[in-house]
Amino acid sequence: MAEYRELTVNGLWKNNPALVQLLGLCPLLGVTNSVVNAIGLGLATIFVLVASNSCVSLIRNVTPDEIRLPAFVMIIAAAVTCTELLMQAFAFQLYVILGIFLPLITTNCVILGRADGYARKNPLPAAAYDGLIMGIGFAIVLVLLGAARELLGTGGIFANMDLLFGPTASGWHWVVNENYPQFLLAVLPPGAFILTGLLIALKNVIDGRVEKMQAAKQAPIEHGSKRVRVTGTIS
Amino acid sequence: MALTRITSPHAHAKQSTSQVMLWVALATLPGVAAMTLAFGWGTITNIVLAIAFGTALEALAMALRKRPPGFYLKDYSALVTALLLGIALPPYSAWWIILLGMFFAIIIAKQLYGGMGYNPFNPAMVGYVVLLISFPVEMTRWAAPLPLLGEVQAPGLLQSFGIAIGGSTFPIVDGFTMATPLDLVRQNSALMISDLKEEYAQFGSWGGTGWEWANGGFLIGGLLLLYKRIYTWHAPLGMLFSLALLSAIFYDGGSSASAGSPLLHLFSGATMLGAWFIVTDPVSSAVSNRGRLLFGLGAGALVFIIRKWGNYPDAVAFAVLLMNFIAPLLDHYTQPRTYGHT
Repeated sequence: MAEYRELTVNGLWKNNPALVQLLGLCPLLGVTNSVVNAIGLGLATIFVLVASNSCVSLIRNVTPDEIRLPAFVMIIAAAVTCTELLMQAFAFQLYVILGIFLPLITTNCVILGRADGYARKNPLPAAAYDGLIMGIGFAIVLVLLGAARELLGTGGIFANMDLLFGPTASGWHWVVNENYPQFLLAVLPPGAFILTGLLIALKNVIDGRVEKMQAAKQAPIEHGSKRVRVTGTIS
Repeated sequence: MALTRITSPHAHAKQSTSQVMLWVALATLPGVAAMTLAFGWGTITNIVLAIAFGTALEALAMALRKRPPGFYLKDYSALVTALLLGIALPPYSAWWIILLGMFFAIIIAKQLYGGMGYNPFNPAMVGYVVLLISFPVEMTRWAAPLPLLGEVQAPGLLQSFGIAIGGSTFPIVDGFTMATPLDLVRQNSALMISDLKEEYAQFGSWGGTGWEWANGGFLIGGLLLLYKRIYTWHAPLGMLFSLALLSAIFYDGGSSASAGSPLLHLFSGATMLGAWFIVTDPVSSAVSNRGRLLFGLGAGALVFIIRKWGNYPDAVAFAVLLMNFIAPLLDHYTQPRTYGHT
């Protein structure tokens, strides 16, 4: 159980693929200009990660080390092709919008990184769970970025959700201000870079605060200790 | 006998940062006055709002960084940034455009990189480029020169503030905005320069009605700063030289394929502002004299290339930001020889 907890913490926060490993930046920056694109690509990435991690883990004992990378790439490419066909069938318009970024999932370093770094050394359940949680960590950042960019760029949020969730979702579009002038920078790639940088900065600030709080809680002084204290404040 | 060890530099410049910044601010005055005469009170409202927002944002950033705001505001660098952005923006810009530009200039381009002296990019130009790519419509609507207005009444000072603070996107009556000469050259690639001059009154004598005054004003201010030795001649003259050279090569007597005469390029758009107030930024440009010369030459060449073949009518901001990118490289390759070393 402890291993799964560590996997969860790593995937969602401590070793988040987008904010800490900075992997998969190409789709992260390329398609996060709206929430629906971000969710679509996030789901596709989660699916591919789980599928490729599971397959890699299953064949881990029969893959020679020398040719493991080509084998992994073949597996990932197969999973991506499945995703593409599924999207073509069930969310065609989104498939058109995501365009080249769907097949590009094959080259997403998160996926190869998890296959080579974790799945090939671990049994199926752990590998599949790692894929799921890493995918979710990646997708959360995608959606956060997508929401921020859509809100800043267009003054509304959740536009075109019917592309993914069916006709009922077309009413979800929420416009904050009708007269909002389009803030193109947020929608264009530079906005993605700036906002990703700010998200990473925010995570580092939170980490720094948490560390400080924990350090303040500890700082134990042993009874009868003779050493000069070099930490803490002098009162 | 006490021997105090004194290391170089042995000669100290008497000028402090705040003095330099105040001189720069002062030197913009002829240009600002000329722009006000040429395009109305809109430039003044831009500058006043930009300075107000810039000072507030700088103080806020300093307070958040737990440093004394008063001390850092006294170096007047935020004032100069605000002044330059206010001049660069189209007259009568809405308050939210100015606020957003100052936010990106002061907070993102300057303070996030470490504050005064640490910014790799010119803050005012970052603010300008952010606005230009975000709001192309608002940013390319330039006020018509006052002499060409005819019956249309230009707004007075108070009315101008009303326009800026009202924040409306279309505050100005029809006929109050006009394409700038550089716009016209871009949009009419089928016309000879002489035809353009006949057809559009905006072209004045060399740089365009109003534009030649404004550029002349900034030239005077720049020469003053050169005389006061605020900066050396290398960057500004380098920029003007390469811009004039390239435009002369491609002028070919004013055919429809040319991009306008060297005089048009030197005295239109933001050329003089860029040459004397932007590429001379001591922080984001190169350090050595040779480096500065190359920086200026590169900026001037880029200005012409973007004006002629790019998507935007004017290019000083883009050119300066692109040169900011390679300023460290210029410094690396133009390191002066240390005395006594080969």
